[in-house]
Amino acid sequence: MIVPAKTYFKVWGALLVLLLITIGAAFLDLGPFNLPFALLIAFTKAALIVLIFMHIKGSNPLLHLAAGAGLLWLAIMLVLTMNDYLTRNNITWLPK
Amino acid sequence: MSRSPLVAEQFEELEQQHLADQFGMWIFLATEVMFFGGLFTCYTVYRFLSPEVFAHASHHLGLVLGGINTGVLLCSSLTMALALRSIQLGRRGATIWLLLATCIFGIAFLGIKGYEYHEKYVEHLIPGSRFHYDGPSPNRAQMFFWLYFAMTGLHGLHVLIGVCVLSTVAILVARRRIRQENYMAVEVAGLYWHFVDIVWVFLYPLLYLAGARG
Repeated sequence: MIVPAKTYFKVWGALLVLLLITIGAAFLDLGPFNLPFALLIAFTKAALIVLIFMHIKGSNPLLHLAAGAGLLWLAIMLVLTMNDYLTRNNITWLPK
Repeated sequence: MSRSPLVAEQFEELEQQHLADQFGMWIFLATEVMFFGGLFTCYTVYRFLSPEVFAHASHHLGLVLGGINTGVLLCSSLTMALALRSIQLGRRGATIWLLLATCIFGIAFLGIKGYEYHEKYVEHLIPGSRFHYDGPSPNRAQMFFWLYFAMTGLHGLHVLIGVCVLSTVAILVARRRIRQENYMAVEVAGLYWHFVDIVWVFLYPLLYLAGARG
């Protein structure tokens, strides 16, 4: 499968626009939403790279499985770890 | 039916071999996700425990240089993708130049990164006995900088390895060892390079943009 050069240039343009948006958003005080917004943009950029540059779009399902497995295992690690920290209220070992 | 000399013994046909090549690389990338994942989890825990300190410490990182570096890596991903397209179309010269351009973007990234590290050295922001920080909770801020150096350091090592891999691929293309018919080597090296780009796409907002600058 050969992807048209135009598609690559479009994705590259979209990635640069998203970069400018994420820098711009850092100058706005969105309260608790600064981090979720920055992460939303980061995930969008990652999705563009994975789907188009790394050719996951339209590729063999076996590759989808391998790519998804990495993400799933990372999610397990983050969710279970934070599940612990979010439900503790006596963290005394942290230095001031 | 005679077998193509490009197909290794254990495969039935070229298509199956190509899938195996890509599958192997994706499995490796999944292990890389876990490799970086430990540091990302550590970052998440410490940021959750001291969000204000992380926001304050993050202001000591140069938003502009980090942003330029993000742009540099995004450009390198474009040249990498175009290099793959060129080899698929059998354009050998273009492939070599695009691979070299990707390497140069990678080296530029490391150069800017090195300049930033030097800035941190001058400002005594490298964790250790000479660490000096005027903001609130210097000990927790030191943890932020420890994570900054660990995460960007591990990422920088990956960029360096990527540059070595891509320059090797460029040489093999120049020597006609990698050709249009066996372009998979370029595809697989590209997967690694794009992955390294993705890691930075997350590192930039998490480290440089942790606190709103408004």
